[in-house]
Amino acid sequence: MTNHKLEYLLRLGDSTLVLGQRLSEWCGRGPALEEDIALTNVALDLIGQTRLWLGYAAEVEGAGRSADQLAFLRDAHQFRNLLLAEQPNGSYADTLARQFLFDTWHYFQLEALQRSTDARIAGIAAKSLKEVTYHVRRSADLVVRLGDGTEESHRRMQDAFDDLWMFTGELFESDAAEAALANEGVIPAPATLAGPWQRHVGEVLEEATLRVPAGHWAQTGGRHGHHTEHLGYLLAEMQFLQRAYPGAQW
Amino acid sequence: MKEWPLWEIFIRSQHGLAHKHVGSLHAPDGEMAINNARDVYTRRNEGVSVWVVRASDVMASSPGDKGPLFEPANSKVYRHPTFFPMPEAVKHI
Repeated sequence: MTNHKLEYLLRLGDSTLVLGQRLSEWCGRGPALEEDIALTNVALDLIGQTRLWLGYAAEVEGAGRSADQLAFLRDAHQFRNLLLAEQPNGSYADTLARQFLFDTWHYFQLEALQRSTDARIAGIAAKSLKEVTYHVRRSADLVVRLGDGTEESHRRMQDAFDDLWMFTGELFESDAAEAALANEGVIPAPATLAGPWQRHVGEVLEEATLRVPAGHWAQTGGRHGHHTEHLGYLLAEMQFLQRAYPGAQW
Repeated sequence: MKEWPLWEIFIRSQHGLAHKHVGSLHAPDGEMAINNARDVYTRRNEGVSVWVVRASDVMASSPGDKGPLFEPANSKVYRHPTFFPMPEAVKHI
């Protein structure tokens, strides 16, 4: 029997972990000192949230694994993150589009999870929501400024949204595990988040003078361990130390 | 960076009574300057309120005016009331 709650906690924890790792790749490379600091702050927020989600996942699993072991000793097919999170940083516009789409989903997700019948999940969600409220405000502000900026920044922002759009269908997908948890009131039914997400994304893109991409085809599979070609490289780098020096501590 | 002017940042700390100048940063507009100030200067519980001001809007006194502006008139003793006898009962002044 699969443990639905464990499965769900890994999906959340892996998404924040992988996106946190992606953002930290920008460290020292941001377009301005202020942006560099801000992105690294967001990365650290996400890694902090990962510790909470994967820590709880390890407890639920009850197999004696720690959050660290879950993060550093699993292979790509065992990762349950959203495909959106593992996409490469690309240009700053690509990173911002990815961040804004994720942040908006993350915000509504956590907002609903605060009312989870699982007290631990509700607690972690309430704590994380404070950080994510800021993330989503920041990424929306930047999308507007670049969308409504120069001709080139507008074009790049639009291209970024067009490229990433196929990964947004996965955000609201449901499967047996999530349906069961939603039934028990542990999580919101994923489909209920789609409306608020589309509304907010639509409003921000309109203000940014961008158009909402039209495509409906959705690439999915991340939450079942089927990833794009990018995750393996990300993990190879992230997990190098533990793989090369098993059990290394600091 | 020409579209990213310099902003001066003032933060009022948790128990502070006044905003204190903490540094400066670049941002495209006031809203983003507040966001950036939050990331750069307030991540360790430093403050509860942030003011941002365009550096170009700040007028500073000139170092050359130090004499006329700040030197007290030592010849006018009545400006320095240090010679009044203090009553014995009054302490800590």
